[in-house]
Amino acid sequence: MHGKALPYLLLMPATLFLWIFFLYPFALVAFEAVTRDGAFTLDNFRTMAGSWKFPATVRNTLLLAAIVVPIQLTMALLMASVVSRLETGRSAALYVFAIPLGISDLAAGLIWLAIFDQSGFLNTLLSSLGVVDRPVMFLGYQSKLTIFIAVALAEIWRATAIMMVILVAGMGLIPKEYYEAAEVFGASPWQRFVRITLPLLRPSLQTAIILRVILAFEVFAVVAALGGTNLPVLMGETYNWQFTLQDRNVAAASALLILAISIGFTLFFLRVLRVPKEARI
Amino acid sequence: MAEIAIKGVAKRFGGFTALHQVDLTISDQEFMVLLGASGCGKTTLLRIVAGLERPSQGEVWIGGRRVDHLPPRERGIAMVFQNYAVFPHLTVFENIAFGLRMKKLPQQEVERRVNRTAELMHIEQLLKRYSGQLSGGQRQRVAVARALAMEPDVILMDEPLSNLDALLRLEMRAELKGVLAASKTTTIYVTHDQVEAMSLADRIAVMHQGRIVQAASPVEVYRNPAARFVGSFIGNPPMNFIPATKAANGSWTVAGLTLPGPSLDKQKLEFAIRPEDVDAGAEGLHATVRVIEPLGPHTLVTCDVEGGLFRAILDSNASIQVGDDLRLAPKPDRIRWFDPETTNAL
Repeated sequence: MHGKALPYLLLMPATLFLWIFFLYPFALVAFEAVTRDGAFTLDNFRTMAGSWKFPATVRNTLLLAAIVVPIQLTMALLMASVVSRLETGRSAALYVFAIPLGISDLAAGLIWLAIFDQSGFLNTLLSSLGVVDRPVMFLGYQSKLTIFIAVALAEIWRATAIMMVILVAGMGLIPKEYYEAAEVFGASPWQRFVRITLPLLRPSLQTAIILRVILAFEVFAVVAALGGTNLPVLMGETYNWQFTLQDRNVAAASALLILAISIGFTLFFLRVLRVPKEARI
Repeated sequence: MAEIAIKGVAKRFGGFTALHQVDLTISDQEFMVLLGASGCGKTTLLRIVAGLERPSQGEVWIGGRRVDHLPPRERGIAMVFQNYAVFPHLTVFENIAFGLRMKKLPQQEVERRVNRTAELMHIEQLLKRYSGQLSGGQRQRVAVARALAMEPDVILMDEPLSNLDALLRLEMRAELKGVLAASKTTTIYVTHDQVEAMSLADRIAVMHQGRIVQAASPVEVYRNPAARFVGSFIGNPPMNFIPATKAANGSWTVAGLTLPGPSLDKQKLEFAIRPEDVDAGAEGLHATVRVIEPLGPHTLVTCDVEGGLFRAILDSNASIQVGDDLRLAPKPDRIRWFDPETTNAL
C-alpha cells in the first residue's frame, strides 16, 4: 500500500460517517426549509415568523438562555474553584456535583414536576408547615413566571455540572507557580481569581459557554414536562410544526433558525473570548 | 534593614521530615546561597521564608518582625521562580508592573519603576511583548525585573538559572551579582550548582537531608568543610578521603605515610585533602595511576590509594603513565581530619 494513501484511508470512516449522518440530513433539512412542493420559496420562514406564538417563542428561548447561562457560569466557577482546591475527596465531590448530568433532561423535568406539581413535594411541605391552606397551582397557565422560574431552576440543577467539569479540567491546566507568583507579588485570593484564573481559563470558559449556550437554545424536554405549551420555546415549536401541525417544511425552517442562532453565538464567543496566540500558556 | 532569622524551623510532610530544626541568620544586604542536592530541603526552606509553605514548628523573622503567620504579600519579599512564572496573558510591562499594581501605586510611579528595572535588565525593547514571544533568557530577565521593581527588602530566588543553557547561565550569573549588589537587598538564593553558589554568595549554607551542615563564606566552605559531606559535595573533583590509623599519639599513618595529626583517644580517623593540594614527589601517599585526563592547564590523575579512588590535579608537564607508582605529597596546611563516626571535621 502506498504511504500517501494511508492517511486518507484512515480518515475515510469518520468522513463517511459525517457525510451520511450529518451533512446529508442537514442538506435535506435545508432543502426542505427553502422549498414547498418542489419550488424554491421563503414562505416557510414567513409562516414560521408570522405565527402568533413566534415572538413569545423567541423571547422565551433567549430570555431563558440569558438568565440560566450566567447563573450556571457563576455557579460552575464557584464549584470548580472549590473542587480544584480540595486536597482530599476531590473526585468524590466531582461525582456528587456531576450526578444530575447522568439524568436525561425529560427525567430531570419530571423530577422538578414532582416538586412543583399541585400534589407535589413543595405543596405537601408548605401545607404541613401551615403556610398554605390548600395546594397552590405553581405551574398553571396563568403563572408563566413560576413556570419560567421552575424551568430555569431545573436547567440550572441539571446542566451546571457540565460547565463545572470543563472548568475543573481547565483550572488543572494552570500551573501552580502563577498563583504563587501572584501571591508573593501581593494579590489577594479574589485578585488571584480575577487576574490569574479567569484570564488563563479563557479557553475552557469559551468551550463551556458555547456548549451551554447551544444547549440552552435547544431546551425542550424540561420545558415540555414543566410547562407543556404554556411556555413556548423554539425547539418546542419546531416539534409542534413537525408533529402537531404536520408541516415539515416550516419545521425545517424553524430548525434552521435554531442552527443560525447557535452558530451566531458560537462565533460571538469565539471572537470575544479569543486568546491571542502569543498570550497562550 | 532586613535581617532574616530562621529559628528552629522544622517541616514535616506526613511521615517525611523535610527540615529538622533549622537555624540560620542572614544579615541585612547579605547574599546567602542555600546549596544542596535535590531533596535536601533547600527549596522547602526558601518557600517557608516566602510564606508559600507553613513551617511545622519554628519561627521566621524578617527585619525584626515575626512573619511565619503572615501571608507572602505581607512579608515585604519578592521572588524569582525556577520556571520564571511570567504570566502568559500579560505583556512584559504588565508582568513587571504586577506587584506595583497590587500595591495600587500611581500610574506614573509604576511606569517609572518598570522602565528603570527593564533598563537595568536590558529588556526595555521587550516591554510590549508577551511571554510566549520571549526566549528563556529573556523570560528570566523579566522575572528578575518583576522582583526588583518591588524594591523589596528581601529577594528570594529558587534556582533561577537552572533552566538556562550553560553560556547564558554564566552571563546571567555575573549580571545578577552586579544588579543585586547594587539593589542592596537581602537575598536568599537556592541552587544545586556549586559553582553558581561559590561565585555569587557572601555566605553559603550547605544543606543535607534537611539540615544545614555548614554556613560560611565560599572559601571557608571550600577550605574548611565542617563535615565530610561538605568536602565530598563541594569541589570538582571533590575532596579525597583516606582512612588513617593511629601510629603514635598525635601521629597517623595514611597510605604508607606518617603524618602529624590531632592527638585523640581514637584508633581510626579520616584523612582528607583537595585534589589540587598534592604534589608528585619522592615522599608521599602511595598511589597507582589508573586514568590520566589532560585538561590543558593541568592534568587530572585518578589513582588507587589504599584500595580507594584518589584524584589529584597535577602539573600538565609531569610525564605520568597509567600503571605508574606515584608518591603524592599533601601540602601540610591543607590537610583536614574527619571523625569517621560523626563525620564532622576535627
